[in-house]
Amino acid sequence: MTTPYSKKVVLRYTPDIVDKPIVCLLAQDFGLTFNILRARVLPRREGLLVLDISGTKENFDRGIRFLKESGLKVEPLSKSVTQNLDKCVHCGACLAFCSSNALYVDKATMRILFDAEKCSGCEFCVKACPVRAMEISLL
Amino acid sequence: MKRHKVRKTYKEINEKIRAGNVVVVTAEEIIDIVERKGNVEAAKQVDVVTTGTFGPMCSSGAFLNFGHPSPRIKGTRTWLNDVAAYGGIAAVDCYIGATEVVEGDPLNSIHPGEFNYGGGHVIEDLVAGNVIRLRVEGYGTDCYPARKYEKNITIHDLRDAMLFNPRNAYQNYSCAVNMSDRTIYTYMGVLRPFMVNATYSTSGQLSPLLNDPYCSTIGIGTRIFLGGTQGFVSWHGTQHRTQVLRGENGVPRESAATIAVIGNMKEMNPEWLAAASFLGYGVSLYVGIGIPIPVLNEEVVKHAAVRDEDIYVQIYDYGVDYPSGKAKSLGEINYKELRSGQITLNGKAVDTAPLSSYYKARQIAHLLKEWIEKGTFFIGEPQQMLPGC
Repeated sequence: MTTPYSKKVVLRYTPDIVDKPIVCLLAQDFGLTFNILRARVLPRREGLLVLDISGTKENFDRGIRFLKESGLKVEPLSKSVTQNLDKCVHCGACLAFCSSNALYVDKATMRILFDAEKCSGCEFCVKACPVRAMEISLL
Repeated sequence: MKRHKVRKTYKEINEKIRAGNVVVVTAEEIIDIVERKGNVEAAKQVDVVTTGTFGPMCSSGAFLNFGHPSPRIKGTRTWLNDVAAYGGIAAVDCYIGATEVVEGDPLNSIHPGEFNYGGGHVIEDLVAGNVIRLRVEGYGTDCYPARKYEKNITIHDLRDAMLFNPRNAYQNYSCAVNMSDRTIYTYMGVLRPFMVNATYSTSGQLSPLLNDPYCSTIGIGTRIFLGGTQGFVSWHGTQHRTQVLRGENGVPRESAATIAVIGNMKEMNPEWLAAASFLGYGVSLYVGIGIPIPVLNEEVVKHAAVRDEDIYVQIYDYGVDYPSGKAKSLGEINYKELRSGQITLNGKAVDTAPLSSYYKARQIAHLLKEWIEKGTFFIGEPQQMLPGC
């Protein structure tokens, strides 16, 4: 029950709630801590927030339920970043740009693998990739 | 003339390929064999060593002949998907270069430019069988009256499509770092300031010319794997040179020999020809090349057994030194260290990343091995050696 749990999530706000304080309550009411990886309000007042949330699994689940009930769309960050294997040539140009080590070389096959769970969504790899194999939908 | 204990001819090796009893190993596999059995035994047992490389090679392009429309046209300006091809050759011939950027691209006016489409992409689209918009302009002559011609085509509609790359498969290439205080965008990829990362670009112990450091078996007429089909070394490549810094094993420690290659693009495959966009730099083309090295004697096999740790490259600063044309080496490093993901330079840990795909290079070496074993690929005897070789 008390094993630490941590997950990166993407929260999407609709214009009507974009100015409401919501995520701070994760800390106040659910005993969760979080690190803001990205925050953005778009021209039509939709909002986007990427959080790395830590706490117990139970509190995490309760917190996510609360966010959804507050009107936020919640999805794991790992769903937003993908490696297009049809395009990837496994060169490794992305490696030095991935500070979270989500992109790594499998030493046996020398293929470039992507562990979406580790990804922090920084998007550096998207531009560093010469064949544009890294795809991200964070808008 | 050196006396060799083992001597084989091209003819003998090709006879073995025909008979189906040729022994082929890759440039990785030969390392262990030579280590265990020594050069002479290895040379007796192994007939061919296959190599491979898959990296961005800017000096690439294709001669295309799109055939005459009716009425005929003398095309002086030609575009494929709005990428300009050089039309200053015969009426319906043109040359599409890998690094030509699509017309209307903002280039680096918003720095760093993205360079999402160019000649490399046209070539990849062509070999993938995708539809391309061909646009031709001419000034009209008595024999070729048309002034404009536009058509949607695929590679099948072209009369000829010849990949002809004036400089490929560089024998070694320097390692790039950035000692300046700003991020730079180069053909060696994005280099972060204060030497945070380093990039390099050969397949090391698998790389064709690094396995034959004096090009004693690779010359004009050598049959090669090119873009997924059989092609040829047609000449030495531009910037080819042989008077270079070498290690005790004879392997160049800086960029040295190069080859010009040619092949039928209609038989090629996008798996082995892929377009590349370098942020802030431009468009290029990943080219897959594999060269078989016939084991003519024990010296050939000794060279082919070279290991990553025995291949050194010079490190250059692309922040100030290289662009100013006064590059001086910051030191040298071997491929084993580069491939480990981190090197130490001036007492600082620097992350390393390759630009060429070792995974694909290995696949090419294995594919070439398969072709030779199956008897569908024969060793081409050089008609003339490369200059200085």
